[in-house]
Amino acid sequence: MMTLLIDNSPVLIPLIFLATALLIPVVAAKRKTLAWPLAFWATIAVVAVSIFNVRRVICDGPVHYRLGNWAPPIGIEYVLDHLSAFVILVINSVALLVLLHAKKVVARELPHKRVPYYAAVILMLCGFNGIVITGDLFNLYVFLEISALSLYGLIAAGEKQSPVAAFRYLIMGTIAASFYLLGVGFLYMETGSLNMADVKAILPTVIDQPAILVALVLMVLGMGIKMALFPMHGWLPDAYTYAPTTSSAIIAPTGTKVGAYVMLRVMFFVFGVNFVSKTLPLTQIISWLSAIAIIYGSVLAIAQKEMKRMLAYSSVAQIGYIGLGIGLANPMALIGALFHVLNHAFMKACLFLVAGNFRYKLGHSNVSRLTDAVRKKMPWTMAAFTVAALSMVGLPPLSGFFSKLFLILGAYENSAWYFIVIIFISSLLNAVYFFRILEKVYMRPRIPVPGQEEETDVKRDEVSASMLLPTLILAAGLIIFGILNAFIVKGIINFMIPAGM
Amino acid sequence: MLKSTLDFILGHYAYWFTFILLVIGLYGMMMKKNLVQKLIGMTIFQVSVIIFYIAGASKWGGTVPVIEESLLHAAHVQLPDPAHYINPLPHTLMLTAIVVGVATTGVAFALVISIYKRYKTLNEDALLKKMREDKNDDLTD
Repeated sequence: MMTLLIDNSPVLIPLIFLATALLIPVVAAKRKTLAWPLAFWATIAVVAVSIFNVRRVICDGPVHYRLGNWAPPIGIEYVLDHLSAFVILVINSVALLVLLHAKKVVARELPHKRVPYYAAVILMLCGFNGIVITGDLFNLYVFLEISALSLYGLIAAGEKQSPVAAFRYLIMGTIAASFYLLGVGFLYMETGSLNMADVKAILPTVIDQPAILVALVLMVLGMGIKMALFPMHGWLPDAYTYAPTTSSAIIAPTGTKVGAYVMLRVMFFVFGVNFVSKTLPLTQIISWLSAIAIIYGSVLAIAQKEMKRMLAYSSVAQIGYIGLGIGLANPMALIGALFHVLNHAFMKACLFLVAGNFRYKLGHSNVSRLTDAVRKKMPWTMAAFTVAALSMVGLPPLSGFFSKLFLILGAYENSAWYFIVIIFISSLLNAVYFFRILEKVYMRPRIPVPGQEEETDVKRDEVSASMLLPTLILAAGLIIFGILNAFIVKGIINFMIPAGM
Repeated sequence: MLKSTLDFILGHYAYWFTFILLVIGLYGMMMKKNLVQKLIGMTIFQVSVIIFYIAGASKWGGTVPVIEESLLHAAHVQLPDPAHYINPLPHTLMLTAIVVGVATTGVAFALVISIYKRYKTLNEDALLKKMREDKNDDLTD
């Protein structure tokens, strides 16, 4: 039994999620309270499998799993290498913490939709994990649509405007997926294979065909929309703002990362570093778009009054860092991008959970209405917010500093000084929009409002432990990753650098 | 020169039509104001991708890639040359893509119904105007 589980550990990840997603509506049909435990325990199981998989990859090297024992390229292959094992662990651990937080929030925000909501969350996670683990280009498309369809539902469950935001995302997401599918079609017609490793092996023989270039451009374009790379980010702010708290907290850290992962996988592991950076100015275009995204997202984040919308624009900027690391296409920059995948997942999840805590206790998350009462009312939430905010700005002991450091080193290696300037400017802009809140809550002396009696003692009114714990764990994670950055980079990220870079 | 260009255009006519469909679909999704019209554009767009795959797999004088056991031993039956077999994989892939397309359209219509119930309109401009009014209400309270 144990060996059976161990042999099949790669396939267990999407399988557990898929089975749970189908199980939830059946089991919880009568007793709605069962939906959350099912989703939660399934995610715990998957996190355990993910940790085991990371260990397995580090000890034994990449695992190639044949689905149904059909040998590739005919069968579908699941590839568990350092990159996919790492991204899967990041996605699932963030999802687990957000789900822990979700119990009370969903019970309050969506009391009647609990069962389908959790089923959709689990189905979306199934899609994300499938995208990351599969080694087959068409299988990836199917998982992409599984995750996207559940995503639309998760977004549309929110406020009054949310279906409109979801509809816009649906249009953009379908364009993205169709572009990707079209690219796969061109690639398949030239190479006759859908297996990533096989395509990579065949590509050198047909590399002069213009269709290969078209395939690459279409696939990168599609993934650019999915990861919300500037100027294809239009769907993101509305979707994150109007979605329910849990949806935005789970989508923001995972969804766009998966898009970035596919872009990375396709560009460097299928087409190869040489082809991507020599034949076309593609990597340059991506790094410039990312640089614009970094500045544009940060500036617009400053202009927002609503905290969730501010975080959404900040996501556009943070995706820019990952895109910049991909675009610079050298080992240091790529380490920065991959480390930022981890950091940004934890930072954004933490910040969205803080916004959720504010909404839960204060009834709003409007930046202009936050006062110094918050620091007495919710000291721990504010502490988590402060850690995540400082990490976003990039203060040294926190992990956000190190991803920026690696990116700067990568830009230095390419002698691209302008990107270093952009990273510095964006750090300052980040500081502006986060210190705006910190200043309001911690620094501003209380101004007595005439005609309104002063609240002398604000009662402590912190959210309950099940909501506070994940927020604090995420914040603590940022400190730990910062301290252990060399260990993480040397232990696992170093092995993700594709051949020929 | 002219002949080869003409041959190129005529030889790839299926792709030209696919391309035109693709552009019509994109135009519908981007430019039309009504949400249902956008959805029609989306369907056209998805169908064009499906036709692209099918066109790529087709060949003149092709046949189904099926070997009938009973025919193998019958002397008078000429088995088709394997080179004439039509690649079945793109067709199978597109079956999946069609299913995905149907699911997407279903979700999209559910969203459209939900939007109509809340805003009583499907025109994008009117929707944006109403959404902005909602937002102003949020800020004043």
